[in-house]
Amino acid sequence: MSEPTQLFNVQIDGVWHQFKKGTRVIEACAQAGKFVPHYCYHPKLSSPGNCRMCLIEMGMPKLGPDRKPEIGADGKPVINWIPRAQISCAQDVAEGMGIRTDSPMVKECRNGVMEFLLINHPLDCPICDQAGECQLQEYSVEFGTAGSRFLEDKVKKPKRVELGPRVTLDDERCILCSRCIRFMREIAHDDVLGFVSRGSHTYLTAHPNRLLDSNYSLNTVDICPVGALTSTDFRFKMRVWFLKETKSICTSCATGCNTIIGTRQNQIFRQTPRENDAVNSAWMCDYGRLNFHSVNSTDRLKTPRVREGQGLVDTTWNKALVKSGEELKQFSKDEIAVIASGKMTNEELWLAKDLVASIGTSRHDIIPRTGEADDILMSTDRNPNILGAQLIGLTGEKPGLGLEDIAEGVRSGAIKAIVALGEDLTQFGLTADELRKLASLIVMDILPNDTTRSATVLLPSSAFSEKRGSMINIKGRLQRLNRATQPPGLARDDWEIIRDLIQQLTGSDGIYLIEDVFKQMAESISEMNALSLSRIGDKGVQLVEETEEAPAAV
Amino acid sequence: MPYIVARPKLNFSEKAYLPAIFSGLGITLRHFLDILSGKKKVTMQYPEEKWDAKLPAHYRGAPTLVTDEYGRERCVACQLCEFICPPRAITIHPGEIPLENRWRKVEKFPQEFEIDMIRCIYCGLCEEVCPEQAIFLRKDYAITGLTRKEMVHDKKKLYEMGGVMTGLVNKWNDKK
Amino acid sequence: MMHLLLFALISLIKTIGLIFVIILPMVSYTVYAERRVSAMIQDRLGPNRVGIPLTLFGFQKDIPFFGLVQPIADAVKLLLKEDFTPNHVNKFYYCLAPACAMAPSMMALAVIPFGSQLWGEPMVVANVNIGVLWVFAVSSLGVYGIVLAGWSSNSKYPFLGGIRSSSQMISYELSLALSVIPIFMICGTLNLPEIVRYQTVHGWLISPIWLNGISLFPPSINGQEIMRSFDFLKFLLWIPLFISFIVFTISMFAETNRLPFDLPEAETELVGGYHTEYSSMKFALFFLGEYAAMIVGSAVIVTLFFGGWHVPFLPTTLVDPYTFWGVILGLIHIAAFFFKVALLLFFFIWVRWTLPRFRYDQLMRLGWYFFIEIALVNVFIVAVILPFMRR
Repeated sequence: MSEPTQLFNVQIDGVWHQFKKGTRVIEACAQAGKFVPHYCYHPKLSSPGNCRMCLIEMGMPKLGPDRKPEIGADGKPVINWIPRAQISCAQDVAEGMGIRTDSPMVKECRNGVMEFLLINHPLDCPICDQAGECQLQEYSVEFGTAGSRFLEDKVKKPKRVELGPRVTLDDERCILCSRCIRFMREIAHDDVLGFVSRGSHTYLTAHPNRLLDSNYSLNTVDICPVGALTSTDFRFKMRVWFLKETKSICTSCATGCNTIIGTRQNQIFRQTPRENDAVNSAWMCDYGRLNFHSVNSTDRLKTPRVREGQGLVDTTWNKALVKSGEELKQFSKDEIAVIASGKMTNEELWLAKDLVASIGTSRHDIIPRTGEADDILMSTDRNPNILGAQLIGLTGEKPGLGLEDIAEGVRSGAIKAIVALGEDLTQFGLTADELRKLASLIVMDILPNDTTRSATVLLPSSAFSEKRGSMINIKGRLQRLNRATQPPGLARDDWEIIRDLIQQLTGSDGIYLIEDVFKQMAESISEMNALSLSRIGDKGVQLVEETEEAPAAV
Repeated sequence: MPYIVARPKLNFSEKAYLPAIFSGLGITLRHFLDILSGKKKVTMQYPEEKWDAKLPAHYRGAPTLVTDEYGRERCVACQLCEFICPPRAITIHPGEIPLENRWRKVEKFPQEFEIDMIRCIYCGLCEEVCPEQAIFLRKDYAITGLTRKEMVHDKKKLYEMGGVMTGLVNKWNDKK
Repeated sequence: MMHLLLFALISLIKTIGLIFVIILPMVSYTVYAERRVSAMIQDRLGPNRVGIPLTLFGFQKDIPFFGLVQPIADAVKLLLKEDFTPNHVNKFYYCLAPACAMAPSMMALAVIPFGSQLWGEPMVVANVNIGVLWVFAVSSLGVYGIVLAGWSSNSKYPFLGGIRSSSQMISYELSLALSVIPIFMICGTLNLPEIVRYQTVHGWLISPIWLNGISLFPPSINGQEIMRSFDFLKFLLWIPLFISFIVFTISMFAETNRLPFDLPEAETELVGGYHTEYSSMKFALFFLGEYAAMIVGSAVIVTLFFGGWHVPFLPTTLVDPYTFWGVILGLIHIAAFFFKVALLLFFFIWVRWTLPRFRYDQLMRLGWYFFIEIALVNVFIVAVILPFMRR
């Protein structure tokens, strides 16, 4: 910035602060540590100022006859208080401004606003999914009154409206803050929502003949301060106060949106975005958000299995690993190929690289996974850790270049064994029959597919929510996954399985902590020097220069 | 701070212990004879004699679910009882009431509602916390079973024990 | 040869009859009595349910029978429990200890006359001259059971219990033995049947003043002799004998580890004391051994102070013991003996549920500072009185 930022002196609750020009009053109050309740205001959206919850008392410097501010005994300007309360969200700070956030008038205003908001609000809390994280509940306790003076019948509005495939609306609960409308207009660029009717009969609805079917529709549920917009997927599944919240990242594309995984009793109930301005602002796409159901699937592989004749039989980990080692030792190094996955963490990829080195083969790659990008958050690359795989060296500049060669090798018989780490090999042209012909196929995966059915040894592993580890998103940011649930049955952490495979091949002693794997990796990879798994932090670390333009929303 | 407790001064008969011993023996013998002769009766011979008629109104027996006078199950699966339950005896699987149902306005109902009576401590917090007046501690106290499974009261059993409770909540009326 | 065989056979019958028909049931019913009496003292009822389970055989109702079948249920329970031996114990002594606790009590019974005679046969297993010495000698072996249990359990609470118990039992054995010396001085014999005989003639030693004055059937004494044997000095003798009785009884409480002297197994301090690590029948042996010791203790007290099997106002023998009435009289004497024992057992129980436990130092002080001195002085008092008495 060429010219220095202009700073304004603002008095908040009797204390003078300095704020940058353009700071909204509500943000200034937040920076000064003064909380102002609000519904319609959202830091990432525009301010319409329609909920009236953020009323404060405001004043401007008293001007003398010379049009200059009068200076009081303390050397500061004398403030001329405006006799009416003002909203703090749609107002920028100005020089000499005075703000009171807890004066008797402000308190009375809030109390009145709360009473108005609750007049038509149904007593739905026992069945409302928002209960527990509902700002209406919270502010009602803090600023409202216990009883209602409203004797008339409440206004009836549409309930259980399916706004779109993933969002259900309850109009009676809506307090008309318009956050959802503004989100769809300003962020999702799909202006389908709006208010119709007038007065207390106003209600939210989608445009006629339109559905709220944007890939970002569930963000409206997140930002809805009350329980009006609910996720059809999460609706009535679990009360939010039961959910254990684990900070993690989304692994559905290379953007790596920061998430909170809500679990209870080892089951994932929902994923919500976690604010990180360097990655996803405060949003995430519906696709990534709902992409956790396979983790809860009852089909999950739970027991290590080995092939006996035509079928696979359950066995113990020890036997399965020993068998894997024996299988691999039969072949010369170039008869074996290793297929890793871009969905693996850096630690797993690092050990996979070690496995490749232990085998000695030059045939290894990851399977590319692409999809259409949007200009909001979704990345073209759907492998969440493609940069990690490139940095560690399991794949080249163009991932998947070596796959054709491997497929050809399988068909010609040059390749006799494949180690498939978390990938279905039928994705790059091999058929199930061709996989059957392999002398040895060692598969590590979480769900059954054609490859696992053809496996010689099947090693059940962990899903994204069941492991710790790090990934590098498409913008080169190193971020951390945390364990939210335990793997089902006997399934184990991927990195432990790969470590044990290496041990079977080399007989060397392994590592026993994921932290040590990271340490080992960080010592060899210059970009990661001086980092450790805990030092990554909740919001990640920028590791390499950005390789793609930031998505528009961020 | 050290704190000195003054020793009581004992006279000779107290020092000799014997009078105290004999008066003690007298007391215990009197109790023995009173019970033996049936002059005093403290114990209630449970299966033959029962307290049922004299149970106080606030007696806390087994927790049960109740329906209202229209046959609506009062529970809306808000899971507050599951949350408050100190021994975590309650398990609820909420579900959505289908649109064709008479009580569709309520929207939510418990698909499964289980109270593990092995865990239950009869504290009554579930009754106290219930915003829908759906769970009540009735006067059943002899909850027995031969298996652990039998001791888990499912929804059917809970409604059977609970019966009907009239009044109290009318917010789910169609007019409201 | 025949004579010897017959003697062995009769002794065997007496032993088996005494132990299996009388003592062992008595032990288990003492446990029952303890539970019922303690319950009633605390205004409860105690076990009153276990009866004959007729419903098992298709009847409508069980017979509760005041819970009198409870000891059998207890025994079955103890037998069916897992006999668990912890890994850290010294196995040999660990197994030996319960037997050491139970056996001495049974052995001590051998010399105690539990009746006058039946068919002319004296109701004592071994009529030996060293009677009382045998009792003391054998019952003092009981401490080995406890010490071995405490030591071999290899665990701190049993160890503390064992140590407490050994010092306690050794301390109180002294006053126990010293306190009965006056009796031998008066009776002039250690033979227990003889002592009982003496009491039938000269009155129970607890109150030697009245019996041979007013007995309706003085065995071989005519009216003149009654007057002659009335002796003022006998009143004097009553004092040391009563002291003897008190010291002996209290020491017996200590010897049998009963409250107020139950420090070896003080639950509140030592978990279960020396038998903390025991379970099932091994535990039961300790438990029963304790009650058996109580019965033996009571039997000794009865024999020494309460005239043994003697019933006042009844003849001690009929001319012909083989007649019907002779046998009945013999049976009455046996019953009388065990009735007296039962009364004393009730006293044991009564005291237990009345008095709190002594502190360890108080216990030792009582034994060493008071009882031994009192018992010793008592011996001298009797020694002073006796020469002045007309024989």
